[in-house]
Amino acid sequence: MKIAERQAFEVINNYEMVIGLEVHVELKTASKIFCSCSTAFGAEPNTQVCPVCMGLPGTLPVLNEKVVELAAKVGLATNCRIANFSKNDRKNYFYPDLPKAYQISQFDRPLCEGGYLNIETESGKKSIGITRIHIEEDAGKLIHDPEKGTMIDYNRCGVPLIEIVSEPDIRSAEEAKAYLQKLRIVILYTGASDCKMNEGSLRCDVNLSVRKIGETKLGVRTEMKNLNSFQFIGKAIEYEYKRQVEAIERGEKIIQETRRFDANSGKTYSMRTKENMSDYRYFPEPDLLPIELSDIWIEELIKTIPMLPDERKKMYAEKYYLSAYDGEVLTSDMAMADYFESAASKTKNPKLVANMLQSEIMAMTETDGFICNISPSHMAALADMAGSETINSATVKKLIKRMWESDFDPVEAVEKEGLAQVNDEAVILSWVNEAIELNPKSVADYKKGKKTAAKAIIGKAMAVSAGKANPILVQKLVESELDKI
Amino acid sequence: MINRSIYEHSIALGKKEYSSVELTKAYLCEIEKKEEEIGSYITVTADMALEAAKKYDEGDFTSKGASPLAGIPCAIKDNICTKGIRTTCASKILEDFVPPYDAHVVEKLNNAGAVILGKVNMDEFAMGSTSGSSAFKVTKNPLDVTRVPGGSSGGSASAVAANEAVYSLGSETGGSIRQPASFCGIVGMKPTYGSVSRYGLVAYASSLDQIGPVTKTVADNALVLNAIVGHDKRDSTSVCREYVDFTTGIKSGVKGLKIGIPKEFFAESINEDVKSAVFLAAEEYRKMGAELVQITLPSLDWALSAYYIITCSEASSNLARFDGIRFGYRAEEYSSMDELYKNSRSEGFGWEVKKRIMLGTMALSSECYDAYYKKALQVRSLVIKDFKSAFNQCDVIIAPVAPTVAYKIGEEKDPIQTYMGDVYTVPVNMAGIPALSLPCGIGEGGMPVGMQLMGPAFSEPLLYRVGYAYENRGKAGI
Repeated sequence: MKIAERQAFEVINNYEMVIGLEVHVELKTASKIFCSCSTAFGAEPNTQVCPVCMGLPGTLPVLNEKVVELAAKVGLATNCRIANFSKNDRKNYFYPDLPKAYQISQFDRPLCEGGYLNIETESGKKSIGITRIHIEEDAGKLIHDPEKGTMIDYNRCGVPLIEIVSEPDIRSAEEAKAYLQKLRIVILYTGASDCKMNEGSLRCDVNLSVRKIGETKLGVRTEMKNLNSFQFIGKAIEYEYKRQVEAIERGEKIIQETRRFDANSGKTYSMRTKENMSDYRYFPEPDLLPIELSDIWIEELIKTIPMLPDERKKMYAEKYYLSAYDGEVLTSDMAMADYFESAASKTKNPKLVANMLQSEIMAMTETDGFICNISPSHMAALADMAGSETINSATVKKLIKRMWESDFDPVEAVEKEGLAQVNDEAVILSWVNEAIELNPKSVADYKKGKKTAAKAIIGKAMAVSAGKANPILVQKLVESELDKI
Repeated sequence: MINRSIYEHSIALGKKEYSSVELTKAYLCEIEKKEEEIGSYITVTADMALEAAKKYDEGDFTSKGASPLAGIPCAIKDNICTKGIRTTCASKILEDFVPPYDAHVVEKLNNAGAVILGKVNMDEFAMGSTSGSSAFKVTKNPLDVTRVPGGSSGGSASAVAANEAVYSLGSETGGSIRQPASFCGIVGMKPTYGSVSRYGLVAYASSLDQIGPVTKTVADNALVLNAIVGHDKRDSTSVCREYVDFTTGIKSGVKGLKIGIPKEFFAESINEDVKSAVFLAAEEYRKMGAELVQITLPSLDWALSAYYIITCSEASSNLARFDGIRFGYRAEEYSSMDELYKNSRSEGFGWEVKKRIMLGTMALSSECYDAYYKKALQVRSLVIKDFKSAFNQCDVIIAPVAPTVAYKIGEEKDPIQTYMGDVYTVPVNMAGIPALSLPCGIGEGGMPVGMQLMGPAFSEPLLYRVGYAYENRGKAGI
């Protein structure tokens, strides 16, 4: 994006955008939050239901412990305070996808409060506050069929959710995306959710208002719901910011309302105007006991959280001298980060391991998540041999391909198959001379002044050496021999 | 054969004096004879009852460890879910609702070998004190069919009083077991909140509802309570506890016990006949060796108002699920989603239910929440405190159940007057403590007067002991 364009986008007439995000994440428990039905995605409609999640008369909820555990883990990973005492409340409203006509959620005593996430954008580093995280149950799904009408699938009813509410600290679409990406990766590290926006396990609502830069009062905000990709979130923010600024400049008042983003037109449209805030008549859920967590329970839970991306990136830079970029790529998948750390601890050349992972291994992984068929110790051994120039880069590439098919000890293979790099200049000289003899045309071109013709000689010398020659020495000797001619 | 206690039937069945099938048939016969006049039952399950009776006769329930309830016919209030048997809550909105599962207490009774004769009438969704708000029928008091049996468990009481069942299960939120028991001259127990699982009880006010036994005698009541208490992991409010047999020490008498007389319960609203009957009962206790102690429960003044706010609020939420979408009554005519909801609920619910839903919705609204619901919860804590300090001065509290005996059907009272009838029963539900209601004399029109014995949480064995002493006073062995 051109600088001028970006400035025009971010700031019109000194108005800044003030954004808060409400993110709903489905927790990866085997059973629902208040009953033992399965939470598996993609089942036939109304096959994962029971009297409890269908809200039949006389049924009662029973809280799934694992939900509290996973939710608290996310809270800990986002620097929140975990409440020793929290409770559930009923949020009452009528809608066909809500069988009890109330959603069991948390109102005034949520499970987690007062956290933050550090993000980095082109404008620099920033901390985005997290107001609270609470647990609640999901509703069913309405399916609109042109012939049959509207039908309801209750499979999703009762799937456990956490709602993560950020402070209105976000000031651009870029920051919003960075926050969401950070949130997603941190949650993936805790194992609390698989965060798949396309499957609905991560949903984001955007609250946006505008105000003059320097103003401290918040403007009237609108809410945009059901934006199902990071890209759409960015586009919706850009459009809505512009719309609000232009409206205010025309002297209009912003109406507090919910707006729908249309992906085709890139615009937002008003959904409901009259009710800006429904009265949900919240009251404490009488069928459930309060959630009381001891400090010891919380401490034990902290121990189960793996080292998070930011800390790992710092460690890689300090311990292994990796670049920020390397750190970013390696920590983008925890399995890969774990693998890297395991291999790096066994080698003198962690940087080479990082390179091999990024160039060779990532290309070969066909699945969604990182896998590596080569054991970390074998990878480490490979890095050591490359680092000590025992083998050259071409050999490394060949070995990786073979080890991917079927893992083996590269040290043994190099010894057995004689794959070690030849560094003996006398031997290399003989190959170089052979290559020169076989390529009179290239030699002639080189003498005429075409320096790039040396490449053909180098290539030939490498071929004659069956790839074993030290390529740096080959180049040196080729150039010196050619100059002698 | 009929008109015997559970205890007596149990012995007779054991001795094979008669079979369970014969016994069941006898009660089905009574039902047939009396139903037109009394109207206790909404659904009679004759075939299923005979099948269960047959199973008892063919099985070995007489072996050691068998429940004394085995083979004995009972009735279940129609707000307790029974698998495969219509459960209506006496409401048009659930007229054809057949639950796919049994309530926890029903499972327990079935496992004990009980014979279920059918589902009995009640006030719609347990809201009322006469059973007159039932959408299907008006139940009469068997002792005087021009009078109400009480409510909301009116059918549970009338069935037992009329020998249409040996015992029944009722439910209470603000006196709905104790009051009909007292109006019909029989015994009813509201157990400690959390001791009987609410799984399968169609919720009215979740923080108060409890299921309890309605029986002819105190000992019978203890036998039934034995069978239905216990932790249920499907009910998060059910308590984890080892319960003693509730008949333990039931004959130990009342010597040395302190019985509290709460002065607020004998003040303005009570009728003279009720007052003197209960005072006479207290005097009997004194003769038997108990000490009578004057105590005070000042929060009685506000408990009733707080009760109605809490129950209407919780009910407005609990009854919101009746929307005609997945089950129950759906209006035939509607042209939008909103109308589907409005029409189904307006047509399906009765007047009293609609009134309470509206009151509760208002009490929970954001403008009113603090002044009403929150305040009511705070008043509730005062009621709990009152009882705690009262039980520091006495072991058991004696009080009337209702200000009057059973009144005439159709005697129109203004709504506040009707609600005032609950004034003596609701404090118990608010505090979650147990209370036993049993007959203690005769009042106006020859109708029974009921007294209630209240005790601290989980003091049911003590209540049964004190109740038994009065019931069997003058007999040997007390």
